[in-house]
Amino acid sequence: METIESIRPFLAVLVSAVAVGLIVASRKKPNLREGWSFVAAGIKFLLVISMVPAILSGQIIEYTVFTVLPGIELKFRVDPLGLLFAITASFLWIITTVYNIGYMRSLNEHAQTRYFSCFAIALSAAIGVAFSANLFTLYLFYEVLSIFTYPLVAHHEDDEAWEGGKKYLVYLMGFSKTCLLGAVVLTYMITGTLDFQEGGIFTADMPAMLVTLTYILFIAGFAKAAIMPFHNWLPSAMVAPTPVSGLLHAVAVVKVGVFSVVRIMLSVFGVDTLDAFNLGIPTAFFVSFTIIMASIIALTKDDLKARLAYSTVSQLSYVILGVALLTPSGILGGVLHITNHAFSKITLFFCAGSIFIASGFKKISQLDGIGRKMPFTMAAFTIGAFSMIGVPAAAGFTSKWYMALGSLEANESGILFILLLSTVLNAAYFLPIVFRAFFKELPAGEHYQNIKEAPGFVIVPIMIAAIISIIIGIYPDYFVSIIERITG
Amino acid sequence: MNELLLSIPFLRDHILTVVIFLPLLGAALLFFFSDEVKIKWFALAVTVVDFILATPLVCRFDTTTHAFQFVERYVWIPSWNIHYYLGVDGISVLFVYLTTLVGWVCVLASWTAIERKLKEFMITLLVIQTAMIGVFCALDFFLFYLFWEAMLIPMYLIIGVWGGANRIYAAVKFFLYTLAGSILMLVGIIALYFAAGGTFDIPELMEHRYSFTFQAWLFVAFFFAFAIKVPMFPFHTWLPDAHVEAPTAGSIILAAILLKMGTYGFLRFSLPMFPDASIYFSPHIIVLSIIAIIYGAFLALAQEDIKKLIAYSSVSHMGFITLGLFIFNKNGVEGGILQMFNHGITTGALFLCVGIIYERTHSRLIKDYGWGAKLVPIYVLFLFIFSIASLGFPGTNGFIGELLILFGAFESFKPFVVFLLAGIALGAFYMLWMFGRMTFGAEVAHGEGDEGHDDGGHKIWDINLREAIALIAFVVFVFWVGFQPGPFLEIMHESVDNLLTQVAGSTDVAIASIK
Repeated sequence: METIESIRPFLAVLVSAVAVGLIVASRKKPNLREGWSFVAAGIKFLLVISMVPAILSGQIIEYTVFTVLPGIELKFRVDPLGLLFAITASFLWIITTVYNIGYMRSLNEHAQTRYFSCFAIALSAAIGVAFSANLFTLYLFYEVLSIFTYPLVAHHEDDEAWEGGKKYLVYLMGFSKTCLLGAVVLTYMITGTLDFQEGGIFTADMPAMLVTLTYILFIAGFAKAAIMPFHNWLPSAMVAPTPVSGLLHAVAVVKVGVFSVVRIMLSVFGVDTLDAFNLGIPTAFFVSFTIIMASIIALTKDDLKARLAYSTVSQLSYVILGVALLTPSGILGGVLHITNHAFSKITLFFCAGSIFIASGFKKISQLDGIGRKMPFTMAAFTIGAFSMIGVPAAAGFTSKWYMALGSLEANESGILFILLLSTVLNAAYFLPIVFRAFFKELPAGEHYQNIKEAPGFVIVPIMIAAIISIIIGIYPDYFVSIIERITG
Repeated sequence: MNELLLSIPFLRDHILTVVIFLPLLGAALLFFFSDEVKIKWFALAVTVVDFILATPLVCRFDTTTHAFQFVERYVWIPSWNIHYYLGVDGISVLFVYLTTLVGWVCVLASWTAIERKLKEFMITLLVIQTAMIGVFCALDFFLFYLFWEAMLIPMYLIIGVWGGANRIYAAVKFFLYTLAGSILMLVGIIALYFAAGGTFDIPELMEHRYSFTFQAWLFVAFFFAFAIKVPMFPFHTWLPDAHVEAPTAGSIILAAILLKMGTYGFLRFSLPMFPDASIYFSPHIIVLSIIAIIYGAFLALAQEDIKKLIAYSSVSHMGFITLGLFIFNKNGVEGGILQMFNHGITTGALFLCVGIIYERTHSRLIKDYGWGAKLVPIYVLFLFIFSIASLGFPGTNGFIGELLILFGAFESFKPFVVFLLAGIALGAFYMLWMFGRMTFGAEVAHGEGDEGHDDGGHKIWDINLREAIALIAFVVFVFWVGFQPGPFLEIMHESVDNLLTQVAGSTDVAIASIK
């Protein structure tokens, strides 16, 4: 594979960090301030997109910023897996910026400068993780993300927000400091390098116990992936404003978690090594528990965001399940689900925010007949829900399809059964919301009658996200062609 | 600049003497000043010049040898074979530099904080400066002990005269603890003098091979002196009191330099002179280190007082260092030395941060803050940088030091890693918890229409240029070591290699003698 040297990945990471300076400088002028977010998001997306042709033609882009210690470098490397995640995150930042403006101003939120600044840094960190070339760089940006999303989670600064924020830090920093750092040290001691490599840096002739221990530490260390029992921070983090839940807890933060897990499975351990140590299928069954259990918990939640949160916990494990099958289709399906879930889940979170702005409702039981008052929002919600369930033509279908193929390739009919069971559960917790919104009578009362569709700044991003959820369901080729480069 | 300085013949030959005694000379001259402003500027000038003079030591340091450099040696008291003998190697040179850096930062930190007896304070500050640099440079035991004891009195005065409400108690406790340790060391030094045939020459004493029993006794005698200084569990109880009562400059000096004297002592004397005993006692020291790491971290978690929190965090962090030193491998020892430097930078900076905010509110309790982000955003940025450096955030100095110690621990005995990681995680909790409560903790803390005031009605203003310069000096090193630790490690490579061969060379002997 040809390697080319280019500063673009570094610039893509840097651009939003630079924007923070401008955001803070223009804190007195809200329009200009949000303008900078917008410009940075646009440039970031263009920079990311500009690397697609090179990657599709089979090249790898690298850029070493500097060497910290021999063997430990701050280095970026763009490969298909990272690029796919970067495209998703940077594009969704653009529409989230629009949505942010609508949401934050409609609700007259406080500390908006801090909010937009932290948002921008979080995006830098997410792209940094996507493009990192070694475990040191990944760890650096992973930690930056934890720290700078903390003010976003605790944004409301009330008791609930402090509680949620505390849990957030204790889980994410706690596991990353103990397990992840330990795993990084172990990796370095066993293999003598921290660099990612196609096919992994661990080999089958290394001591089985140490390799397995390292693997387990990695899985536990990436608590952002929210695999049970490391998931508990995610529902608590839902105290954050909805756009934060949308972008960070459906796209950036949690996806950084699963992306990192996928990254270490493919580029640190490698498919062959995982196979040799028989770690793949046990992982698949381990996360299956999360998939089923989180879906069942979601069924019991009446709070819309809480239900979405547990749905996220469940869907994140799909990604790991797909990759853990260690077959080409499984990996394709798993990685594709990073993108598909991102677009669909952000649609759903945005809808939850839209409903909150328009009506102040947070609970599912309050949503009777609301589809008539808010047709666009609820239509988008329906699309997102269909995608999550995996209805054909929506995005979620393609990834589940490949995962199902993968389970057959791996000869694991148990996994296929779990996929089907979870689809039923997905339907069970999403469809009642759609039914309630469109087919139940709107309760009488002035408050209900006065509900209006949310403002344009909110609706437009929702519609874009929803439409893309359909488009990538019908034409998955673009992303699939990138991912096929991973599996060869 | 460095070339220029060294082109002056007198400086080239006597640079250590100049760096050591310039502050003392400055202190003597300060007696002739009476105007407070002039006193401050003069003290600042002396310390800054001292800092500039110390730069060639690091920049012109020959990294290819472990031999002592910039050596000066004159007969002092011939009848006892005492020499005026100075020199630095890869282990000590960084701390000479750190001390001169801390010197002028401390003057800046005391600019307005010291409200009475300013002249006396500045004199004390300059005197302790001389003593501290002397400790790191002395290569004659007699001279070393002189400097070592000379440090005590100014520090006692700084705490006892310019300290907080409970200053006398803290000062006496500090004095008694450290003095008790030093006296045992003095006995050890005299024993060494006779055992080696009447010499105080430190490099020469390192060459001798002593019997195991002799080593063990002397190791214990020195251990108390150093363990109290570090401070290692269970000798740490003087530290929180001293830190809490000391004025800002005192806390910075304590944290940045004085604590390093203990670990420096282990490196300079215990390891090379008593290698067999060091190996024999290392399991005990490692256990004490692990207790310090975990226990210190839990104590830090429980503190309401910012200074106490940082003091206990020091106990925990110094545990990392002693553990790194006593696992006797390259990564561990280099990580330990680098972490000594890092801890000096980071913890010194944290105490400076506390001092800055204390000047405005006169409160050390975390609960009295919480408005940081609203009233002093720039200050909060600095506090943030030092907090994450302290918890070992990647990209900061703390991360590199901890990583090297982790590597070292892994090579030596894997289960240590578990305790270290637990300590690191706890470190993240107490630092972020403190930072969070100081910056975002409170509901709106300033009253209606009372912008710029805290609850107690104190006027709060963001940092000024003087404070910013002092903080930036530390920030530079946080990221320099964080991103480019190579040059720092290069300085110590040869000396650490040499130290480890000295220890390893005796391993077989040690095992034989234990059997």
